[in-house]
Formats: sequence, structure tokens, C-alpha cells
Amino acid sequence: MRRVSFSSLQITLLKALIHISCLGTALWFYYQATLDNLGGDPVEEILHFTGISTLNMLLLSLAMSPLAKALRQAQFIRFRRLLGLYAFFFAVLHLGSYILFELQLEWSMLLSEIIERPYITVGFAAWLILLTMTLTSTQTIQRKMGKAWQKVHNGVYLTAALIGLHYMWSVKTLTAKPMLYLGLLMLALWLRRDKIRRWLF
Amino acid sequence: MLIKKSGRHDYKESQVTDEAIYRDRRRLLKQMGFIGAGALLMQSKASAINLFAEDDTQAFETRPLNYQNAVPDKQILTPENKVTSHNNFYEFGTDKSDPKDNAQAFKVDPWTLRIEGEVEAPLTLSFEDLFKLFPLEERIYRLRCVEAWSMVIPWIGFPLSALLEQAKPLSNAKYVAFETLYDPQQMPGQRNRFIGGGIDYPYEEGLRIDEAAHSLTLLSVGLYGKTLPPQNGAPIRLVVPWKYGFKSIKSIVRIRLQEKQPRTTWNRLAPQEYGFYANVNPMVDHPRWSQARERRIDKGGLFASNRIDTQLFNGYEEVAPLYKGMNLRHHY
Repeated sequence: MRRVSFSSLQITLLKALIHISCLGTALWFYYQATLDNLGGDPVEEILHFTGISTLNMLLLSLAMSPLAKALRQAQFIRFRRLLGLYAFFFAVLHLGSYILFELQLEWSMLLSEIIERPYITVGFAAWLILLTMTLTSTQTIQRKMGKAWQKVHNGVYLTAALIGLHYMWSVKTLTAKPMLYLGLLMLALWLRRDKIRRWLF
Repeated sequence: MLIKKSGRHDYKESQVTDEAIYRDRRRLLKQMGFIGAGALLMQSKASAINLFAEDDTQAFETRPLNYQNAVPDKQILTPENKVTSHNNFYEFGTDKSDPKDNAQAFKVDPWTLRIEGEVEAPLTLSFEDLFKLFPLEERIYRLRCVEAWSMVIPWIGFPLSALLEQAKPLSNAKYVAFETLYDPQQMPGQRNRFIGGGIDYPYEEGLRIDEAAHSLTLLSVGLYGKTLPPQNGAPIRLVVPWKYGFKSIKSIVRIRLQEKQPRTTWNRLAPQEYGFYANVNPMVDHPRWSQARERRIDKGGLFASNRIDTQLFNGYEEVAPLYKGMNLRHHY
């Protein structure tokens, strides 16, 4: 098998594609939602779209290391941060839409829901880890933090598990889609089992 | 990565999509939702972003009904297109848009509705009987879903009590059990547990006889002036406006009066979350979410401010005497 290799132009183009597809779909959804074109309940559609997109981007970013290993091509790592940042981008939209459109700025309700509802607690915890990773995502900070950086960013595996739990817990019954995501998440974590073991113990 | 370019004339016979698969492409695409990222995975089927618009299925045909109009009140109705495109009817799929997408070919005529069990005069109603046996009237009711959203819907139907009177319940008829059609041929959710949400079909619901006989309890055969579309439970469904929506069972084929409390579908699936009574009650939360407030679905998109307090019995205080002395926290 010939080795996969991207030219720097191809890498730039692929990154542009990630930007365009993420920003494009987000813009499109919100635009349609404001026009009331998203079915019976645009709020539910938006929450579902941003939530699933967070999971998609997280899975994609988690796929980069195993892909690099499998295809013996380190270039895949260069997409990891961008994909991860877009996971947080959608997570911000998800939480923001929940506060703005579902709870409609009832802050006391937000607080009590985060405390009382396990699936919201779990989702919020995942959000905070993603936030921490985003804030420490620049190369300058990475250099400054040294070894601690890797420890913080291994939190991605915990986040993945928490987001999976948040999703399973939020649905009324387990249908094909949540099961599929559960499978993909377990696969992603299993592929990184050695690393997770080292991180935990 | 080796990429072989092939011209459009290179297709082999084996590559041509089988017609059955082509016809079934939407469901297949749904099942392989993982092929794309982002929005593609969303599989939202809102009309504006429907990438695989179904152009070859005909919409179910409803027809106008003769009925007595409701006295108009100040409530703002949920627009008809939202009432008929945002549905929980797991027999046709678990996404809110699935029932509309998957139920248009549903056959409602002929239909048989049996009233049986502890009654003096068991009845069998045909499709035509549903619309002829009792005078039809319009009722504008709030529908509160257990998922904390609500609608205001102009139903057309007749009181369940009228039907019960004809069947003449015996003195040991303490409960009324309802059953939805079981037809896996027509209902994909009954064929495949992943489409149907893992529910053990047929869907079953039940009421205490005094709840069933209450004047608010309606058997609906239409909405917005016309017969029901399949996604809303054609040809006949129950509407119990003071209870969470899942009690209002759709596409009913059997009404059975009995002495024992009937088993009910959601209660069997998750007894700690869904009780037999399922009365709308802002003081008793669902274990996973609050029931104190609700989002009223009316016109307007994302920015329509529509969050309101949920009321005990969904605001239908006249049913309170039915539950006198009962601990509603225990009997949720």
C-alpha cells in the first residue's frame, strides 16, 4: 500500500473544508430556525443538531491519532486541534441554545437543573473540560505547561465518555442512533486503551 | 491512497441500485447516518433542509368533517403544520418528523374498533361508524407532552362517555384499556426495535372508568376541521387533556372494560419515570427533567418567547375531584 501523504496545500484545503462545513452548517441551521423552517419545534432541532455535531467533531478528532498510527502518517495529527476546537464550538452553541432558547434565560432553573439532573450535570462537566482544553490549546501555552499539558488534554477521553453518557441519558428510549454512537465512542476509547490506562494509573 | 478514476459509462450491472433499495433509500440513509459529519448526521428532515426529499409518496388524504364548532377562546392555536409534523408516534419512528414521513401510506379504511370486556353490549365499529355514530364536536384542548412542550389543538370528536354508554359497562368494569393497531407491515417501528424505540408493541394505555367517563375525555377523529392524518393517530385516537400526551393513545382498535388496572406501555418500559395516572403536575418532576414549566409551541421560530408555567391537571381543574384524597406524588 502506498503511504498517504498530504501536500501543505492539501492540508490547507482540508482545513478550509472543516471550517466551511462546520460554520456553514451551523449558520444554515440557525438561519432556518429563525425563519421557523425547522419542523414543529426549532428549539429541539437546534439542541439536537449542536449536540450531535459536538459528538461528531469529538469523534473525528479522536480518530486522528489512531488513523495516524494505522496509516503511519503523522500528518493526521495536524487536524486534531482544529477538530477538537470545533467540538467545543458546537458545545458552546449547544449550552448557549439551551440557556437562551430552551430555558429562555431562567438562570435559577439552569442552576437547579445542573445540580438536580444527573444528565445535565454530566453534560456540564464535559463542557467545562472542553473549555479548559480550548483555553490551553495554543502552542505557546502548550510549551509553557510542559508535561501538565498532556495530562489536561488527556481529559478528552473522560469528556468523550461523559458526552456519551449525557446523550444516552437524555433520550427517552435507546434507538439505533444513540446505540451507534455508543459503539463508536467505545471503539474510540478502546483504540486508546493503553494511553487511558497510563493516564489513570 | 490510490484513486482510480472511472468514467460514467463504467458502471457494471452489479452496481445498479436495486429498485427496492432505491425506494427504501431514506430509511437506509438514516440507518447509515454515520457516513457524514455534522449536519448530515443530524438527519433532520425539516422541509427546508431535506436533502432527500420524498417526491414519490403521496400525502395521506384527509377530508372535511361536519361538526359543531367550539366556542372560540383566547388561546392561540398551534399552527396546523406544526401539529401534523411534530409527533411522537414511535410505531413510525422516534424522531419527531418520522411519523409524518413514514405514515402517509397508512391504511385506515377499512378499520375495526371493538368495544368489549365487562360490558352488556359489546360493539364493533367500522370506519364509517367512527364518523356517523355520534354527533361530532370541536374541542380546543391544550396538549402537554411529558417532554415539557405543549400545543393548543382544535380536535374534532365525540366524548368517550357516549360510546361507553352504548356499550353499557357492567358493575365490575373498573378500568378501560386501549390498544393501538398492531400491523408490522405498515408500522416500521413494530418491525424493528431500533426504529420503534425498543417498545413492546402493541401500544397499550388505560384509564380508570371515572376518568374515561369524564366529559373532557374525547375520542378524536379529526383536527383543524378535517379527518386525522395518520401521524396524529388516524382514524381514531384518545385525547385526555389533563394527562401527559402519551396517555392519549393513537389509532385505536380495541377498547376493553375490565376489573383490573390495565398495563400501560410507558409504565412497563420505565416504571420509575411513567406512572399509570400521568396527570400533568408541575410539582412532580420527571426523574430526569423538571415539569414546572413548559415551552408552548406556536408560531414563530427560535426567538419566539413561549415559556410558561405548567398548571396542575394542565389547567383543567374540573378533574380535581377525581383524585380527591390521593397522593399525587405517589400516584404519578
